Amino acid sequence: MAIVPEITVLIGAAAFFALSLFKRLEANQVKNTAVGFGVISLLAALIGVNDQASLFFDSYRIDLYSQLFKLLIAFGLTVALIFGRELKDIDEEVRPEYYLFLLLSALGLMMLVSSVELITIFVSLELSSFALYLLVPMRSDARGMRIQMEAGIKYILFGVMATGFMLFGMSYLFGLTGTTYLQEILAALPQAPQPAALFAVIMVMAGFFFKLAVFPMHFWVPDIYQGAANETTGFIATVPKLGAVALLIRITTLAPGGDMTLIYLLMFLALCSMFYGNLSALVQTDVKRMLGFSGIAHAGFILLGLLTLDPGGYAIAMYYIAGYVIMNLACFLVLCAVSREGENLAIEDLKGLHQRQPVLALILAVGLFALAGIPPFVGFMGKFMLLTGALSAGGENTIYLWLVILAAINTAIAIYYYLSVVRVAYTADPEDRPVVAVDGLNKAVGIILVVLIIIMGAMPAKIIAVADAAVKTIM
Amino acid sequence: MDNLIINEGFPLLSFLIFLPLAGALVMLVFHGESFARFWTLAVTTVVALCSLPLVSGFDPTTAKYQFAEFHQWIPRFHINYVLGMDGISVLLVMLTTLIMPFCVLASWKYIQKRVAAFMICLLIMETSMLGVFVALDFVLFYILWEFMLIPMYLLIAIWGGPRKVYASIKFFLYTLAGSILLLVAIIALYLKNGSFYIPDMMWQQYSTTFQILVFLAFFLAFAIKVPMFPFHTWLPAAHVEAPTAGSVILASILLKMGTYGFLRFCLPITPDATFALAPYILWLSIAGIIYGGFTALAQNDMKKLIAYSSVGHMGFVTLGIFVLNSQGLEGAIMQMINHGVTTGALFLCVGMIYERTHSRELDVAAGVGKYMPWYVTYLAFFSLSSFAFPGTNSFIGEFLVLAGTFKENVPLALAAIPGAVLAAAYMLRLLQRVVWGRATNPDQSHLKDLNLREIVTLAPFLLFVFWIGLGPQPFIDMMHTSVVSLLDQLHSWQQQGMALR
Repeated sequence: MAIVPEITVLIGAAAFFALSLFKRLEANQVKNTAVGFGVISLLAALIGVNDQASLFFDSYRIDLYSQLFKLLIAFGLTVALIFGRELKDIDEEVRPEYYLFLLLSALGLMMLVSSVELITIFVSLELSSFALYLLVPMRSDARGMRIQMEAGIKYILFGVMATGFMLFGMSYLFGLTGTTYLQEILAALPQAPQPAALFAVIMVMAGFFFKLAVFPMHFWVPDIYQGAANETTGFIATVPKLGAVALLIRITTLAPGGDMTLIYLLMFLALCSMFYGNLSALVQTDVKRMLGFSGIAHAGFILLGLLTLDPGGYAIAMYYIAGYVIMNLACFLVLCAVSREGENLAIEDLKGLHQRQPVLALILAVGLFALAGIPPFVGFMGKFMLLTGALSAGGENTIYLWLVILAAINTAIAIYYYLSVVRVAYTADPEDRPVVAVDGLNKAVGIILVVLIIIMGAMPAKIIAVADAAVKTIM
Repeated sequence: MDNLIINEGFPLLSFLIFLPLAGALVMLVFHGESFARFWTLAVTTVVALCSLPLVSGFDPTTAKYQFAEFHQWIPRFHINYVLGMDGISVLLVMLTTLIMPFCVLASWKYIQKRVAAFMICLLIMETSMLGVFVALDFVLFYILWEFMLIPMYLLIAIWGGPRKVYASIKFFLYTLAGSILLLVAIIALYLKNGSFYIPDMMWQQYSTTFQILVFLAFFLAFAIKVPMFPFHTWLPAAHVEAPTAGSVILASILLKMGTYGFLRFCLPITPDATFALAPYILWLSIAGIIYGGFTALAQNDMKKLIAYSSVGHMGFVTLGIFVLNSQGLEGAIMQMINHGVTTGALFLCVGMIYERTHSRELDVAAGVGKYMPWYVTYLAFFSLSSFAFPGTNSFIGEFLVLAGTFKENVPLALAAIPGAVLAAAYMLRLLQRVVWGRATNPDQSHLKDLNLREIVTLAPFLLFVFWIGLGPQPFIDMMHTSVVSLLDQLHSWQQQGMALR
C-alpha cells in the first residue's frame, strides 16, 4: 500500500497511453483527465505521507524523507497541470502523448526520491529524464524556426553526457565498496582509498548538478527554457529539481567528514553558479531565459545548505527547494496565462499587467519579490537560514565568512532584474496590449501559491521541524 | 529577559502593528474609491487614538523596555517575536501613528487613480514602520526593515512624478544594497551570542576588530537610510518624484530609522568601535550639514530644496548622536521628532501648491501670498521652524545638539554654525519668493486658498511646532532616563576599557 502515489501516477500514464491510441478525442476531456490524475496523486501523496516501508530487496525505501518529496512532486505536478491545461502551443493530436510523458517523468522522480540503491537510482533517473527529453520537441512548429528541436537535441546530448559522468562515478563506488546499496556504501566508503572515494562521490553528484543546473552543468538551461513550450518549461524548471536535491542530499551524506576538498569544491561551484546566473540574468529580455538564469543562481544557494555537511543544513536545503518550487510555479502560472498563443514572452510583453489583470500582477510580484529574497516571503527565510547555517558551520574559518558575504552581495545583484520585471508590470503603460483573461481555477491556484509563499516565510518553524525529522530518517 | 517589562494585559503593541495590516487586507476585498479613503482614514485614526495609552502608561523613570511582548517564533534559530518600547522609541512610535492620518488626508484629492491600492500601500507602510521601532529581535527588525521597501517602492513607482521609474529603482537598490551586509552582521552577532534577542547582544565583550566590522556593516545600512553625506543621492530623486504622502512618510519617518538604528544598535552593541569611529562620523555630519545647506540654496524645485535641507537637518541629528553626551543625544532625538513634524508639514505645503499649479518650481509658485493668506501663514511658521527660529521646535533640538557639541569639541561646533546660517538663508529665500515673488510673477489670482480639509491637515503640525518649541520639557522627560542609562553604560564601558589597558 505504501506506493499508492506512484501507482496512481502510473495508472494515469497508462490511461493516457490507451487514450493516445484513439484518433478523435475531446480536448476538454483529455485535459480534465490529466488534472484529475494530478489531484488524485496529490491526495494519495498526502495520505501516504507517514508511511514507512522497505521494498524490492531493500532498494526502495518509503520514509518521511521520500514521502515529503513525493508530496512536493505531486503538488508541483498538479499545479503545473492546472495552469498548463490549455497547452496552447502543443498540437491537439499529441496531447495524450504529452500527458503520458509528463506523468512518466513525475513517476520517475517519485521513484527516484525513494531509491537507495545505485541501479534503482539510475533507472528512476533515466525514466524521468527521457520522458522530459521527449516533452521539449513536442511544441508545435508554427514559426518554422524549429527552436524546439534544437532545444530537444541539446537537452538530450547534455543529459546523456551528465549521465555518463554519473555512471562513471557509480562504477567507482561499486568498485571501491563491492555493493550498490547506499547504506552499505556509507559504511564501507571511509575505509576506501582517497581520493578515489571522493572522486566517485563528486562524479555521481555531477549527474544531479545537471538536473539542478549548477555551474558548470548549467549549459542546457537557457536554450531549453526558451525552446520548450511555456507549460513544459514550468514543469522542467520546478519539479525535477526536487528530485535532484533529494538525491544530492543522499549522496552528500556519503561524503567523508572532515575533508575540506569537497566543501571547497561545493563553495566554488556555489559562488560560480550565483555570479554566473545573476550576472547573466541581468541582460535577458526573454522572461523564461531570465528565470532560467535565476534558477542557476538559486541552485548555487542550495549548495550552501549541502556544504555544511550537517543534517540541519540539509533540512534547510529541503525547505529552500520547496519554497523555490512554489515561487517559480507562481511565476510560470502568470506567464502561461499572459501568453495568448503559447508564444514566448519578452519582459516588455508584461507591460501594464497591473491594469490588464491585477490578480496576475499581484501573483507575479509576490513570486518575483520572493525569488529576490525580500522578507517576509519564503525566499528570504530560506536565504537567511542558509546563510546562518553556512556561517555557523564555518566556525572561525574566514572562508565561510567570505562565502556568506559574496552570497549576500548576490542577493543585491539579483534584485535588479526581478525588480525590473515588477516595474514593467506595475508602472509601464499597457499601450495596445489586451486585457488578460484568467479563469477562476487559475486564480484560485495562484492565490493558494501566494498564501503558501507568505505562510512558509512568516511561520517556518513547523516546516523546518518536519524537514529536520525527515532528514534524520536518512542519516 | 530582565530588561523587559512584560505587558500581561492586552497586547497593545501587536494590536497597533497588525491593525493597519488587517485594514489593508479588508481593502483587498472591498476596493471602492471613496470607501478606501474613509476606511483608511478610520483605521489610521483608530491606530493614532489607540497609541495614546502608550504615552499615558509610559513610565519615564525606567530605562527598561515597556509594553513588552515575548513569544517564541522559530526556536530552531532562537528567533523570537519580541516587542518593547523605551524612551528612545516612544516618541518615534507616536510620531508615526499621529502622522499617518494626515498622510491619508493629504492624499484625498491628490490620488485619483488606483486609490485602494495606494491606501493599501500606506497601511502596510504603517505596519512595518511601527514594527521597526518596537522590534527587539533582530530578525523581526530586519524583516520589517526590508519589507517596507516594497510598499514604498510602489508608492513612488506608481503614483510618482515623471521620473518615477528612475527614482523608485534608485531608492530600492540603494537601500537594499545597504542592508545586505547588515544581514551578515546580524548573523555574525547571533553566532557569538546564540540568540537574536537584541538586548542580549548589547554590552558584550567582542574583539575590537569584530566590533569595527559589525559597526561598518551597520553604518552602511543606517547611513544610507539617514541619509548621510555622501550616501544621500537617492533622497532628492525619491522625494521629488514621490506623491505628497510618500514624501511625508519618507521625510518624517523613514529617515528616522537610520538614526534610530545608530542609537539602538551601534552605540550599545559596538561601543569600542563607536568611540574609535565617532570622530570620522562627526566630520561626515558636518560635511552633510554644509553640503545640504549650499545645495538647498541653489534649488528651484521646492521639493528638492526641502529634500536637501533634510540632508542638513539629519546631519545635526548624527552630530548630536556621536558627540556622545546627554545634551547631544537628547537634542538628536528631539531633532528627529522636530524634523518629522516640520519637514513633513513643509512637504504637505508643497503638495498643496502642486495640486493647484501642477508645478513645484519656485518661480511658478512665486507671489501666491496675496491670494492665499492661510497658506503663506502656515508656510511662514514652518519655514521659521525649519531654520530653528527661537520659540519653534527645531530651535530646542539644534540648540541642544550645538550645546552638546561645544562641550566636546569647539572647532566641530564652530564648523556646524554656518550650517544653521545657511538654513536661514535658503528657507527665507523660499519664503520671500512664495509670499512676495518678483515682477515676473505669473498671474496667481485664480488660485484658491486652503480649504477646510487642508487647514485641518496642517493645524496639528503647527500645534506641535509651538508645543515643542515653548514647552519641550515633557518630551525630554520621556526620553531622559533611557538616554542617561545608555550614556552611563557607555562611559563605564569606556572606563573599564581604560582600566584594562
